Amino acid sequence: MSVAAVPRRRPIVSDAERRGRRVVTPEGVALGFTVASRASRAGAVIIDLILIGLAMIVSTLLLLLLLFGALQVPDSLLEGGSGPAARAFQFFAVLWIVAMFLFRNAYFLFFELRPRGATPGKRLAGIRVAARDGGQLTAEAVIARNLTRDIELFLPVLFFMQASATGSDMGGASLAALAWFVVIVAIPIANRDHLRAGDIIAGSWVVEAPRSRLATVLATGDAAHTGRSEVTGARFRFGGAELAVYGEYELQVLERVLRDDRAESLVAVTETICRKIGWEPGRGDERAFLEAYYTQLRARLEQGMRFGRRKADKFDREDAPPGRS
Amino acid sequence: MNPLARLFGQAPEPVLAVEQAALRSDRFRLEREGDWKRLEAIVARMEKGRLSRVSDEDILALPVLYRTLVSSLGVARETSLDAATLAYLESLAQRAWFLVYGPRVGLWGWFRRFLGGEWGRAVRALGVDLVLALAAMAAGVLVGWLLVSGDPEWYGALIPEGLADARRPGADAETLRGTLYGSGGGGGMSLFAAALFSNNAQVAILAFALGFAFAIPSLLLLIHNMAGLGAMLWLFGQAGLLPDFVAWLAVHGTTELFAILIAGAAGIHVGRAIAFPGEAAVLDAAAAAGRRAAQAMAGVVLMLIVAAVLEGFFRQLVQDPVARIALGAFMLVFWLGYFFAWRSDGGPLR
Repeated sequence: MSVAAVPRRRPIVSDAERRGRRVVTPEGVALGFTVASRASRAGAVIIDLILIGLAMIVSTLLLLLLLFGALQVPDSLLEGGSGPAARAFQFFAVLWIVAMFLFRNAYFLFFELRPRGATPGKRLAGIRVAARDGGQLTAEAVIARNLTRDIELFLPVLFFMQASATGSDMGGASLAALAWFVVIVAIPIANRDHLRAGDIIAGSWVVEAPRSRLATVLATGDAAHTGRSEVTGARFRFGGAELAVYGEYELQVLERVLRDDRAESLVAVTETICRKIGWEPGRGDERAFLEAYYTQLRARLEQGMRFGRRKADKFDREDAPPGRS
Repeated sequence: MNPLARLFGQAPEPVLAVEQAALRSDRFRLEREGDWKRLEAIVARMEKGRLSRVSDEDILALPVLYRTLVSSLGVARETSLDAATLAYLESLAQRAWFLVYGPRVGLWGWFRRFLGGEWGRAVRALGVDLVLALAAMAAGVLVGWLLVSGDPEWYGALIPEGLADARRPGADAETLRGTLYGSGGGGGMSLFAAALFSNNAQVAILAFALGFAFAIPSLLLLIHNMAGLGAMLWLFGQAGLLPDFVAWLAVHGTTELFAILIAGAAGIHVGRAIAFPGEAAVLDAAAAAGRRAAQAMAGVVLMLIVAAVLEGFFRQLVQDPVARIALGAFMLVFWLGYFFAWRSDGGPLR
């Protein structure tokens, strides 16, 4: 028996699915995590750096303003001297040094130790820090991953600022430093969990922290129950063959279309489905048609699931034994 | 949901009776979504860090609700094709899990445990790396001394211009003595201390972080920093001021050098775990070593604060070399005792 070489497309795998990981928690629940994309992490760190820079500038200006504006400390005291004014100046200088140190080192620590496990930049990017082994994210892990940030982020920045200030005469040491930074930058690109050096040391990783709201139930209307359109009065009943053309992937696309509820895409999708199943697309109440089709397709696929049959997408043959793809 | 409502995130949610759902999986969802939403509300409040706003009732209900949710998720994965509901359940399960699992001690609770034994345990866990770091530092001092005694030109290379000030080869003994005693420039002590702390802490963090590259840069950094010290020792030795210099250094040096020793050892610890992971996987070995070393590092920052206070204030206040030595020796004994002699296993402050 010759097997016809039918070119089969591989099942559609989205980027988010490729980044998906299952972590089994101590109680045996398989939780789904999605490793944060490099782009969102880069975006998060850029936002954080901008925030740190702004905080530094604002606090510096505030201290200067307080010192020379409100307290009327004369400029000549910058040279030294004693008395209450000089002491005030010293106090502000100490305050400034401590503040700068904290901004540089404590910003990430403070925010990542809070229950959300994310700096403002990470929150905006929708990601958070978590422990790689599915355990608890400990204070030590957060400290380790952020102390290492110093050589990954601040040192290169300082280095290039210095290099550009002193001119282009880079010696062997500078080249070695450059190679070092290239290696550091290459680490998150080279491993599949996008771990940077600090993550490796701390046993942490950065995952997506989706905050989705519970959407409304789609299949509730008259069209879903009886397949009848309230506008045109038409009844939509689909046979097994007409429902068998699509799988779970198409069902979820249809779900998105229904949730977005945009008139032009409703029409377009209705026409596509009708062409596929050989119906004449009627006009007037596309939504009822799609709701009816969605409900009946989902009922059919979910019934299949209960019996252990799944149909991933329209290329999947429902009767094929599992594992042959 | 219309676009405007979606924008403001306040879709009016119609309350649906279970019978209204056409599909079995939707009925399953409608029967349980009350619990889910209650859990979501509790989780959202706890994520904001406002534990006081969460009632005792809710705290008690949290584990139960979490388990309900997790079992719902398990069932939904096998029976429902409603992608939006599945995504909601997955994300809520994840958020709740972050809160339920792990008795996350607050920063304060962590700090108390840290001082009450965890710190010493972390330092002791560095073990042989402390010896390695000590050896590197001793080698650095020796190298610095030998280099400068061979050719005083090396002094300029080892000591940065700004730090050298009056302490340079060729300076007479009186000038050098002046740098050891005296008030240190009027009342600028606190400023001096803060600047010292900031600088030293950054160096210590660097020594730790560089350990990532198989510990080699950490070792080099230790040797380089200590070579400067060796050069200065030689300089003051030439002028016959060695005991005075050691006394001057001892006030803060026993604390500061000890802190740098621990930072370097922490870096070496991590680097060694990456280079020689033993039977564990490299990533696991690195993570275990990193967490131990990070705790020691948090302590290093504390020690450097102490060192800066000693250097900025006490060195100016205590002018007698014998008293200076005594102060430095006391600090050294204190740290050694705290790290190695005082072992509170089990943690009394838990």
